[in-house]
Amino acid sequence: MATLTADITEKLVYQRPDALADLYTHYCPGCTHGTAHRLVAEVLSELGMQEDAVLVASVGCSVFSYKYFDVDAAEAAHGRACAMATGVKRVNPDKIVFTYQGDGDLASIGLAETMHAAIRGENITVIFLNNAIYGMTGGQMAPTTLPGQHTTSSPFGRDIKLTGNPIHIAEILGSIPGTAYSVRRSMHDARHVIQAKKAIQTAFEAQQKGLGFSVVELLSSCPTNWKMTPNEALSWVRDNMVPTYPLGDYKVHEELQSKRGRGR
Amino acid sequence: MTKELLKGNVAIAEAAVRAGCEAYFGYPITPQTELLEHMSSRMIELGRTFLQAESEVAAINMVYGAAAAGARVMTSSSSPGISLMQEGISYIAGSEVPVVIVDVIRGGPGLGNIQPSQGDYNQVTKSAGHGDFHPIVLAPSTIQEAIDMMGLAFDLADKYRTLVFVVADGSLGQMMEPAELPPMQELRPRPTWSLTGKKDREQNLISSIYLGASLLEEFNRKLQAKLAIIEKNEVRYEAYELEDAEYVVVAFGTAARVAKTAVQTLRRQGIPVGLFRPISLWPFPEQQLTDLADNGRVKGFLVTEMNAGQMLHDVRLAVGRGLPVKFYGRMGGAIPMPEEIETQILNLINPAAQPETTPEGSNGYINR
Repeated sequence: MATLTADITEKLVYQRPDALADLYTHYCPGCTHGTAHRLVAEVLSELGMQEDAVLVASVGCSVFSYKYFDVDAAEAAHGRACAMATGVKRVNPDKIVFTYQGDGDLASIGLAETMHAAIRGENITVIFLNNAIYGMTGGQMAPTTLPGQHTTSSPFGRDIKLTGNPIHIAEILGSIPGTAYSVRRSMHDARHVIQAKKAIQTAFEAQQKGLGFSVVELLSSCPTNWKMTPNEALSWVRDNMVPTYPLGDYKVHEELQSKRGRGR
Repeated sequence: MTKELLKGNVAIAEAAVRAGCEAYFGYPITPQTELLEHMSSRMIELGRTFLQAESEVAAINMVYGAAAAGARVMTSSSSPGISLMQEGISYIAGSEVPVVIVDVIRGGPGLGNIQPSQGDYNQVTKSAGHGDFHPIVLAPSTIQEAIDMMGLAFDLADKYRTLVFVVADGSLGQMMEPAELPPMQELRPRPTWSLTGKKDREQNLISSIYLGASLLEEFNRKLQAKLAIIEKNEVRYEAYELEDAEYVVVAFGTAARVAKTAVQTLRRQGIPVGLFRPISLWPFPEQQLTDLADNGRVKGFLVTEMNAGQMLHDVRLAVGRGLPVKFYGRMGGAIPMPEEIETQILNLINPAAQPETTPEGSNGYINR
């Protein structure tokens, strides 16, 4: 008697990485935080870092990221993640210490802590989500908001004469000698998501090699506060954010040169 | 061990090193900078962590991170720097990690000056950050006491998983006196709750967020219960010449040193006066003061501080309305002379006989 199963070999091609907790998240439908969490967790699991990793979570939409990453974690004050991560890393130099921060947290209130962590060449990894808006507080202008973009605190569109131009974090951090790796990637389609994952992997490898500060800026969507469908929001990333925030490598340490150029 | 001539800031730093301080993060500010400078060489020599942060805001968050990672950690600063640290201090209180902070108080408000002051009393004992908490606050009055307090501060921080302040003032930080340092202690192991990687166990989390009202109220109840235990167990004070005293001077830190000299002078004249010196400013030795007020012998209190009267209110609460509680303070970096306090004690004993006098060359004192 023939059995159907005899000729079938199962090949597992996709599963939840161990470093990602088995939970529903609180993120809005269509938000790219979920994708970014998945990518970071896959990298931690694939590089065997889960048991050595310490996450420093930030304040913003990702305030509960410590629930979703199954690693040791601390919850920092708003903007202070890079300072807190510095404290963790300096007394635990053999651990893999990373922050997960949005644009309000990192590029506004936490700019000094972020810049000085890079200036010191702090051997930590920063995952930076840029969605051009304050999400958790309901859609206010961020330093990354595009010129003319309407938010609840720039209701007439961001006026660069009054509030300046968008801040380019990957470029700024890439210009600092202490930075080993600074790149910008996008998450608006599958190809770019794959490139983003490779960059996240390189950033953690930079820390593992002790090369210094590593940061991956991820262009992300916020359908809720942009008042768009998820698909419209991804198109808006492609059509409006990518031209303002060019994808690319802004600093790649010489020991990482084989990893260069996957972002464009 | 023998006594050496030690500068206050350096003595405090070395005492912390010997108490097993594994990491120090700080930012230069007068009059505590020698503490940071001493750490910058000693901690590196010993292979421990020293880092000069870009600001006090960053320093306290580095301290928070290192404490979360389980290291015995401290920072030091002076008044304006403590103000900047308040955000981190509240987070540290809310996540119950052990941290020691030295505040070498200077004159305020604002930029003020770099002279000795006790103007941070309310800040460190009552409003060290947003939310309901008190750090343990220890106030030395000599360099030897400051040295001995550093080991105690770290032990209390660990025992209760709480913040401990050691508050000196600019004069204690800057002056030199003979003192003896303790032997070097081993570094203690990392606590089981700390962030060391989740190998062979569940995730450890250090956080001060409790989103639901009931969850946050439950946490606060737990925190208040712990603080109540600290209030019961950790009151410290010095009673000097109080056995037969009819008048009591209440003072802490440098002001208490000066007051002690005044008490000694008046005692030689046969005047029954003593000194009550709170050593723990929080928990405040309230019951001990109440007992003094109720002992049927004491007729009045004089509180003297290098501020406009901050501890005064705690003393008045403890003493109640039955006895006079007078206040004499100097502000802006001035230290009272023993003669000023003697005059104030005599005023307390016999208000009619002694006219209120302004100390020569000073118009900065305040009576209440």
